[in-house]
Amino acid sequence: MSEREVMEYDVVVVGAGPAGLACAIRLKQLDSERSVCIIEKASEIGAQILSGAVIEPQPLDDLLPGWRDNMPPHCIPVTEDAFLMLGKTGSKKLPTPPQSNNHGNFIVSLGAMCAWMAPQAEDLGVDIFPGYAAAGIHYRQDGSVGGVIIGDMGIAADGSQKSSYMEGIEIHAPMTIFSEGCRGHLSKQLIKKFDLDKDCDPQTYGIGTKELWQVKPGKSQPGRVQHSIGWPMDSHTYGGSFIYHLENDRIAIGFVTGLDYPDPNFQPWEAFQQFKNHPEIKTLFEGGEILSAGARAIVEGGYQSLPKTEMPGALLIGDGAGTLNVPKIKGVHQAMRGGMLAAEHLGQHADGKGYDKALRDSPIMAELKKVRNIRPGFHKGLWLGLINAGWETITGGYSPWTLKNHADHTALKRLEDYQSPERNWIDRELPPRDRLASVYFSTTAHEEDQPVHLQVADTDICINQCTVEYGNPCTRFCPAHVYEIVEEDGEMEGGKRLQINAANCVHCKTCDIKDPYQIINWVTPEGGSGPNYQNL
Amino acid sequence: MKILVGIKRVVDYNVRVRVKPDGSGVDLDGAKMSINPFDEIALEEALRLREAGKAAEVIVVSIGPNACQQQLRTGLAMGADRAIQVDTEERLQPLAVARTFLAIAEKEQPGLFIVGKQAIDDDNSQTGQMLAALWNRPQATFASEVQVEGDTATVTREVDAGLETIEIDLPAVITTDLRLNEPRFVKLPDIMKAKRKPLEVIPLSDLGVANDNTLEIEHFAPPATREKGIMVDSAEALVTELKNRGLL
Ligand SMILES: Cc1cc2nc3c(=O)[nH]c(=O)nc-3n(C[C@H](O)[C@H](O)[C@H](O)COP(=O)(O)OP(=O)(O)OC[C@H]3O[C@@H](n4cnc5c(N)ncnc54)[C@H](O)[C@@H]3O)c2cc1C
Ligand code: SF4
Repeated sequence: MSEREVMEYDVVVVGAGPAGLACAIRLKQLDSERSVCIIEKASEIGAQILSGAVIEPQPLDDLLPGWRDNMPPHCIPVTEDAFLMLGKTGSKKLPTPPQSNNHGNFIVSLGAMCAWMAPQAEDLGVDIFPGYAAAGIHYRQDGSVGGVIIGDMGIAADGSQKSSYMEGIEIHAPMTIFSEGCRGHLSKQLIKKFDLDKDCDPQTYGIGTKELWQVKPGKSQPGRVQHSIGWPMDSHTYGGSFIYHLENDRIAIGFVTGLDYPDPNFQPWEAFQQFKNHPEIKTLFEGGEILSAGARAIVEGGYQSLPKTEMPGALLIGDGAGTLNVPKIKGVHQAMRGGMLAAEHLGQHADGKGYDKALRDSPIMAELKKVRNIRPGFHKGLWLGLINAGWETITGGYSPWTLKNHADHTALKRLEDYQSPERNWIDRELPPRDRLASVYFSTTAHEEDQPVHLQVADTDICINQCTVEYGNPCTRFCPAHVYEIVEEDGEMEGGKRLQINAANCVHCKTCDIKDPYQIINWVTPEGGSGPNYQNL
Repeated sequence: MKILVGIKRVVDYNVRVRVKPDGSGVDLDGAKMSINPFDEIALEEALRLREAGKAAEVIVVSIGPNACQQQLRTGLAMGADRAIQVDTEERLQPLAVARTFLAIAEKEQPGLFIVGKQAIDDDNSQTGQMLAALWNRPQATFASEVQVEGDTATVTREVDAGLETIEIDLPAVITTDLRLNEPRFVKLPDIMKAKRKPLEVIPLSDLGVANDNTLEIEHFAPPATREKGIMVDSAEALVTELKNRGLL
């Protein structure tokens, strides 16, 4: 194989989310001479970002003073907070927990905010390359990380080179910053290779699904923030909703389900739709239309699951490391602070040594420590979880114990060991009808003639083992209906096989996380492919 | 020989376009914008002609506000030698675009002016033809193959009946069809090189082009939605339903 072309930078950042952008901007603010680039797999900055999002603005004040006079599009101050316990038909107002008090915070579209940050980074001299996926890691001879390998373009599904073939280049740098967001595919390799999680609990996750609606005039109350727990979840499935009211008759609605759910028959996407069709919720959306929709995993392990974040030649920041505060469901301020801290640390220690300790001594970690027992408290069900959350909140996290986290895929029960609860789910009225109809609103596009980017190590397990043991849960947890078990035809007639509709994939990473056999590996498809979210 | 290539910034073909609730236009908020795909094919063809030694310089030109510099930079990264932005906030209609291209052609004296057969936003398919008429030069529209030899070009055109091959004298206008070529991917280092290539900004007013937009757009409306279908469970039920609707 030919030697790949190489470009050199002082720092290469992988992923243009809030963590990567904040880091790159801070690096340039501290030393304008340093060459910095950001690689982003989405075709445009922000096009594969999906978040709530209500954000805490302090890191923005810190990073871009004056931003309040030049606000990102779709950004408004929170004016009102509500917290509800939903039943199947009614609701009860609960006191807003202190973590959910959003006074002083802002509702944003994180995608639009990143698209707004990117030109500010470019003005400082950062080179940003959207449409290019970091597909591999470049290691130096001594085993340290020396940069990234950009994915090849123009490879056919059978692995051959098409006429448009273009070999991906390598980007070399003394320091590589991985800010790939939740379950980054290179970060996953690094954690394994450098054994970064040997001293922490397994990481845990949730899956968030979201839609942005254009509603009938008068339905949106700009600045209103509402969260709920309860319906349609049973007490052993952790999850809750968010509804954020924007200007111009727009409302963002979403639902997050903990991926530690036990029921192999559970369908997170359907749970979101059930919630949306609750009699008190659906009135907001009747007569409206969906503008954009998608899904993304969210990192939930917090304090006790945070891996070591430094290794020779590289750092992990943001959700790729796992700095999100789950009780608040806020990760943006933590990701930005982590990115800035990394930049500041590199100013003093160009090799990154000591970053992990600096992070653990920082307010970022203090914030995680305080709430560390709240999420795992829900392993015992909703009610005990709420009582525990109350206790942990009153005591400010000073309990002398730290509850354990367990890998999500181990929480899934076998069909024969689990009696799915009676869900009494309703016939829905609001669109989209099904997951495929929903993918349409994510504007997902993948060149069809390329290798499948969902690598299943052994599909015999799917048919011979999983079908019996778990009933192929991938066909239910994937929000984009990528996995299907279909009848074989031709010679193999009568048999079944796994069909992977990879072109529908919205890059949420749920399958990589929840598959009970851990045989699904998500890798980057051709750069620029995947969802093209508008203002999610 | 110089080749001029017109490239237009349009909403990306993957984006689901939506009419604004008040019917005043198409909602492009947060939508991805790209080079019009047919123009990208035009640029690819120009680059291949240059690489084959048939042309010395490829110049991309776009008419629009500063945002279209993004597409010009992409064109430079693909390999164009330099770029011209004709700066205007106004949306020009095909005749005004053709007049503007003519002004640029008179200035640059190209041997070929290649444009897409149509832009995927308005789908007019008029600019190339109007430009040829104003310029008083031959045209070969809907090209699926282009060969240049000396002062002539042999162009295969996609026509209703199949393919037609014509020979035209240069300078000339060519408009490109989908099958002409497959545009290249941009290499990362070329994005950096593109930043250093010349991009000239000419205010539209400096070209003395009369902007006589002749059409007035009154209203945008989405196509009527289809009514929800019903499922019938037998042939009899189908017949009954069809009869009820007076279709049988
Ligand atoms: C449904 C949901 C609701 C949320 N609500 C809130 C909220 O209300 N408030 C809040 O503060 N936080 C919220 N969060 C969390 C917040 O979105 C994250 O904490 C934040 O986005 C993390 O930032 P990041 O930069 O680490 O990663 P991301 O924002 O995920 O960005 C990572 C970027 O890297 C790119 N990338 C990944 N891998 C590669 C690769 N190999 N090559 C090139 N590019 C790559 C991705 O395309 C992406 O653009 C929510 C999350 C979800 C899913
Ligand atoms: S295939 Fe995997 S990553 Fe893609 S949408 Fe489905 S669950 Fe998410």
